Amino acid sequence: MIHVSATPVLALRGVSKRFGAVQALTDVDLEIHAGEVVALVGDNGAGKSTLVKTIAGVHPIDDGTIEWEGRAVRINRPNDAQTLGIATVYQDLALCDNLDVVANLFLGSEITSGSVLNEIAMEKRAKELLDTLSIRIPSVRIPVASLSGGQRQVVAIARALIGDPKIVILDEPTAALGVEQTAQVLDLVERLRERGHGVILISHNMADVRAVADKVAVLRLGRNNGVFPVKDTSHEEIIAAITGATDNAVTRRQARTATPAGATATVTKEDAK
Amino acid sequence: MSDLTKTPEPGTPAEQSAATKAPAGAAPAAEQSAAPLPAVDPRLLVREEGLKGYWTEFTRKVRGGELGSLPVFIGLIVIAIVFQLQNDKFLSASSVANIAVYSAGLGIMAVGIVFVLILGEIDLSVGSVAGVGAAVWAVLNVSNGMNDWLAVAIALLSGLALGLLHGVFFAKIGVPAFVVTLAGFLGWSGLQIWMLGSEGSINTPSGGIVENLTGYYFEDKAAAYGLALVAVLGYAASLLLDAKRRKAASLPSRPTSEIVLRTAVVAVFCFVVAYVLNEPEGARGLPLALVLFLAVLVVADFVARRTTFGRQVFAVGGSAEAARRAGINVDRVRIIVFGLSGMLAAFGGLFVASLSGGATKNLGSGNTLMLVIAAAVIGGTSLFGGRGKVWSALLGMIVIQSIQQGLNLLGMASEIQYMITGAVLLAAVVIDSVSRRTQKTAGRA
Repeated sequence: MIHVSATPVLALRGVSKRFGAVQALTDVDLEIHAGEVVALVGDNGAGKSTLVKTIAGVHPIDDGTIEWEGRAVRINRPNDAQTLGIATVYQDLALCDNLDVVANLFLGSEITSGSVLNEIAMEKRAKELLDTLSIRIPSVRIPVASLSGGQRQVVAIARALIGDPKIVILDEPTAALGVEQTAQVLDLVERLRERGHGVILISHNMADVRAVADKVAVLRLGRNNGVFPVKDTSHEEIIAAITGATDNAVTRRQARTATPAGATATVTKEDAK
Repeated sequence: MSDLTKTPEPGTPAEQSAATKAPAGAAPAAEQSAAPLPAVDPRLLVREEGLKGYWTEFTRKVRGGELGSLPVFIGLIVIAIVFQLQNDKFLSASSVANIAVYSAGLGIMAVGIVFVLILGEIDLSVGSVAGVGAAVWAVLNVSNGMNDWLAVAIALLSGLALGLLHGVFFAKIGVPAFVVTLAGFLGWSGLQIWMLGSEGSINTPSGGIVENLTGYYFEDKAAAYGLALVAVLGYAASLLLDAKRRKAASLPSRPTSEIVLRTAVVAVFCFVVAYVLNEPEGARGLPLALVLFLAVLVVADFVARRTTFGRQVFAVGGSAEAARRAGINVDRVRIIVFGLSGMLAAFGGLFVASLSGGATKNLGSGNTLMLVIAAAVIGGTSLFGGRGKVWSALLGMIVIQSIQQGLNLLGMASEIQYMITGAVLLAAVVIDSVSRRTQKTAGRA
């Protein structure tokens, strides 16, 4: 942890979200300070993506409050989040395939002179940004459709940085990347922290999480299941929190390898459920 | 990227955006002089300087399925040659003027459809909205003696209102655009017939605005040549200015040879048309309808390519969800596009009324809708959304009207004309689909 100010930039207090009969989030709390990388982990369906979407304004929350720099705000639309200074890189990237790289980078925050697009300023800025991030793509003027998966990922991350946001949310940024690109993205996350951005990093990859995160916030079945400082927490403790510590595949397996007889009983019990 | 890695022969041109046609990625030498940029992808294919590079770029694009307007140009040339051989009046002044004037009304309606198609939707109501627009104007101006300009303005606004209504039903309530505008197609033609009353038609008064829309010609020869000159100079100036600004920003810019070539092609085309409209026997000069059509095209093209709104339309057409997450008000974009389509439909309706001598019950019915959509598609706007150009309305409508004009000159029956126009539309859609598939395999779609 580098500089952690007293008031969190973004704080969620008791946030709940329902989709029809599904209670996707229940009373979730989360705090992100400036210059802090918070890893958000949890199993599939734990509510990570839903939580991110409530922050980004894609799904308005049903209950609870969102505080921005200490005061309560409503985030009902993606625009609200952008105005506050929250930038999101979605897992599905949300790029427009038919538009070129420059247009995608500046989509929703185009540089204009009057009401006319300033293509030259945008292209210049895009090149500078991609160069500072050491992002290699064939050209900034080709449609995103013709980029490879990794290239699309870095374009999507670069796009989040266009508006100089205070909070950057990365949803599984390294899932589709090769070794070198993963390292670049992790470097990028550290650079964001050094520049004083708050980062929310969703990842299944514990190595990535432990490499860059300051705190790990665990979600389980739509609820908080602990916030751990990365330095003082072991890998196993996080896994335990993710999977539900007492009875899970990991402990069952450990029990099974230790005493094969006892394991049979557990499995039978599991099947009976 | 896949197409690049497969063909890494040196000298193959760089990837290039069709929208801006900016050469992508300057040659390494140019890059070094501008700024020491380490991050140039070694696999990046660099476009050669000069005309040779332009040609290889062009052939590569065609092979990759980016046909653009090429099939239409070839089609137009074939049409011109075939009909001229059959009947030497086809390229005469009156025939060309006819094509221009008949293209204008439906072409303006097609501009609206281009926007709707870029959005990835369809508007089936344009014919009926055109009829309503003409009827509103006729009832206000002819039957109730309202001021000509005011009546035209109200007709346009009523088209806008109907279009916005379609947009609200589509965007806010979520009824598929196909169904909303189909309901509009039926409903508004009923409204049109009801407004025109028992007689079913209101004739255009002579000398009024609507009569002049297609009846007025700038007989002074300076008009046609002047417009051609302004168009060529404007085109060249915009290219040069763009190149200069890009150079100043040390971005790759068009080579001068390419600017000269492009300007020359545009100049030849403009002045040949101006000459045919002015000089031969029976020439009446520059038709006002053509001027208005071109004005609508220039404004609409500017909106589509150079404004935030245009960018948003393309974004929604490419991926509505991505656009929404980028903070674009998708509903607003959709409603405005349908409103725009309605207003341009009403404007086009006034042209049709002008040509047919008045607002009638049948105005906008029959094959109006089909011709308008066909024009947009033949011109190269994709039915699948996200890709298209405003100028395709002009190109497609010229193709359709040229065929009709040619078949009329040959005295072909209208049933034959329908069949031939249908075949041309089918060919255009086939080209669209095939080129899309080629682009996918070349990694460009």
